[in-house]
Amino acid sequence: MKEINSFTKGLHNGLPICFGYLSVAFAFGIFAVANGLAPFEALLISATNVTSAGQLAAVPIIASGGTLAELAVSQLVINLRYALMSVSLSQKLGRSVRLADRFLIAFVNTDEVFAVASSQNGTVGRRYLYGLILTPFLGWTAGTILGAVAGNLLPDIIVRALGIAIYGMFIAIILPKAKAHRPTAICVLIAVALSCAFYYLPVLNEIPSGFTIIICAVLAAAVMAVAAPVKAEEESHG
Amino acid sequence: MGNFFLYLAVMAGVTYLVRMLPLVLVRRRIENRFVLSFLYYIPYAVLSVMTFPAIFYATGDWRSAAAGCIGALALSFFGKSLLQVAACSCLLALAAELVVRFL
Repeated sequence: MKEINSFTKGLHNGLPICFGYLSVAFAFGIFAVANGLAPFEALLISATNVTSAGQLAAVPIIASGGTLAELAVSQLVINLRYALMSVSLSQKLGRSVRLADRFLIAFVNTDEVFAVASSQNGTVGRRYLYGLILTPFLGWTAGTILGAVAGNLLPDIIVRALGIAIYGMFIAIILPKAKAHRPTAICVLIAVALSCAFYYLPVLNEIPSGFTIIICAVLAAAVMAVAAPVKAEEESHG
Repeated sequence: MGNFFLYLAVMAGVTYLVRMLPLVLVRRRIENRFVLSFLYYIPYAVLSVMTFPAIFYATGDWRSAAAGCIGALALSFFGKSLLQVAACSCLLALAAELVVRFL
């Protein structure tokens, strides 16, 4: 299986994520300061967590003086999907990735980094991965401090439009694969149907969204793993 | 906010452990066909769940969000890059937002 291990290719693939993060982190910076956090506190949170949903959930807990247990459980529930992604990514790593690299790469294994690494043909090497995570990390921290310090300078209408950037990227990752591989398309449709059910139906919509993501994704992937198991060569192109 | 650093340590610690443990502990190639297939589908399943229906609430107005979503679907269908898709999606959402606000 071919290993992709070019630092510049990683950088190149990371740039769109970096731009997407600038806008999302910008919004986070505004949100954190509006909740009473200092700009340097918002920056520290972004630099040590590198996760949008978890950070957004943590700010009100911190601002209202919530308990540490409450904070820990919220982070565990919202971020548990990363465990799933890390298992998946572990199978995608090339031979050049050493144990020490795993400790560092795990730190910036975000939804988007994971998605881009997964969509490569072949395994991914350490140099590629460091290139891939570098600019997203910088974009995430820079966006946070910009939003925290200068958030009110950008017109509201621009900030709102930027909110869709990350989802546009997700679609750009999902759709070409779904177009080329019918079982993947069916998996996507099942996942979307389940996600909508958990979003709109009574009782189901009371389940925290961190759990919802895991339940829906595991169900959709498991159903398709039984209905349409992939061949070894297909799997390597995942 | 004297215990800010305590909060910071707890949230960063939990988030990192969730990401790090599986990546460090699962180091062998998985051979089981079901597990391999499951892991093959997981990225697309997770991204789909995170995108829908959340994308329709991403801008605060479903009309501009729908415009951005349709743009993203169309450009992705024709194989445009992540950056092109994300940028066009934002521009379409902005255009729709302007139309909704000033017409």
